[in-house]
Amino acid sequence: MSRDFNTALRGAAWPRPIRPAWSARSMYRLHRLLVPNAVNRWLARRLEASPRLYRMFIAAEKQIKGSAFGCRMCGQCTLPATGYACPMTCPKQLRNGPCGGVSATGACEVYPDVQCVWVTAYERAEREGRVCDLTLLQRPIDQREWGKSSWVNYWQGRDADLWTADAGLTRTHLILTDVRHLAGGPSA
Amino acid sequence: MTDLGEGRLQTALRTGRFAVTAEIGPPRGADAGAIAAKAEILRDWVDAANITDNQGSHTRLASWAGSILALRSGIEPVMQLTTRDRNRIALQSDLISAGAMGIPNVLMLSGDHPTFGDHPDAMPVFDLDSVQLIWAARLMRDQGRLLSGKPVKPAPQWLIGAVENPFAPPLRFRAQRMGKKVAAGAEFIQTQFVFDLDIFARWMGEVIDLGLEQRCGVIAGVGPIRSVRAMEFMQTKVPGIHIPDDVVRRMRSVPSDRVAEQGLQLCVETIQRLRGTPGVAGVHVMAFGHEHVVPELLERAGIPPRPASRPTEQVGGRVDDVR
Repeated sequence: MSRDFNTALRGAAWPRPIRPAWSARSMYRLHRLLVPNAVNRWLARRLEASPRLYRMFIAAEKQIKGSAFGCRMCGQCTLPATGYACPMTCPKQLRNGPCGGVSATGACEVYPDVQCVWVTAYERAEREGRVCDLTLLQRPIDQREWGKSSWVNYWQGRDADLWTADAGLTRTHLILTDVRHLAGGPSA
Repeated sequence: MTDLGEGRLQTALRTGRFAVTAEIGPPRGADAGAIAAKAEILRDWVDAANITDNQGSHTRLASWAGSILALRSGIEPVMQLTTRDRNRIALQSDLISAGAMGIPNVLMLSGDHPTFGDHPDAMPVFDLDSVQLIWAARLMRDQGRLLSGKPVKPAPQWLIGAVENPFAPPLRFRAQRMGKKVAAGAEFIQTQFVFDLDIFARWMGEVIDLGLEQRCGVIAGVGPIRSVRAMEFMQTKVPGIHIPDDVVRRMRSVPSDRVAEQGLQLCVETIQRLRGTPGVAGVHVMAFGHEHVVPELLERAGIPPRPASRPTEQVGGRVDDVR
């Protein structure tokens, strides 16, 4: 893709969508090695016990995930649920899907020379039969986790609650059955 | 339920009366009269009017202030709230405030990126995304708590709105994306401008397949094209607006002095077709800067003025407190 001087400068400080270098299929396979098994859990504990080792580890994680996915080290990796396209490379950092500004050609509204990362995510997830992952509700991130290792967080079980299929709303809603009535329900 | 002051928009959606909403863009200036003037034009014709939140990333009077001014003018506001300019503390604070001020509807969206506005040098926030903000609003209202878990007493009472753009890629994900907003708590959804009825019908079919229109009122966005220049502006300068070739040809086929009439007629036909589309609960008329055409537009489309309003008295009862 062409990146002339002005385009490259435009909004240069904002995250920029990345099309991952590695296929989604190989990532789903690789993921089997990264699950929180006994070895990985031991490694996570070992790393957190040593600040120097932890720093070296995050440098390596940043290098690997940065070059492959444009990882910015938010520390709360959602790649397995987004077709291994990182939503934190969206200029709006939208974790629940694309904004309404995607152009007819699928380009990002902020960087018209680049494909929207959610268009990329959808293509990758669809090819692997994983579109239903994209319908999961992604919780707000913890902004304190920036710069930490998401692999270590994952192995330590801190990422277990990043997304959910259920908003946890106890009552089915709708206006068609009168919201005010529902709103006056159990917890009110 | 009436003692809680059900808004006009909610009544329309609940009873199945074809809903009409419009848009009031607040002024860039400390001018309370600007909202009143637009409210005066729209009041009898719409169930509610969106008060935009620094639309297009252009700094203007705040949507909460515009919503209070709208209430004073006897028009029901839909307070828009974007995640672009505020973090979760400020967003939740604004939602509580809207409840305290008797604003009956809120609508949450991520918002245009600052790149498009008058301060491209500004820091965008995006601490939450639109789905997360809708979810937070729902938790606040129905479970009486903040994202932090702290109680909110009393919980605010507003109808929760959201937006969707059926015309932006990935097209096959757009109904599911609306589904996420509904799962998070949206009770009505307004769409981007409908110029391409084929794409809209396909999207609406998917929405119906997912059963979403049963849980969330779908209000289709429409608006008259004023001029060829305005059309070109929409195509090139406003993200996410899709105008199909046949519409472009139709607008270009008439002499320049008749373009406005052609745009109005096109919009009338669109409203009529949308009204006959299963699952469509209403229309959202966007006529920024030329609100005066809205009554004529609706009248020609065969949509009568709204039934004598209750919200003026009801919500207005609380409005006295803010005067």
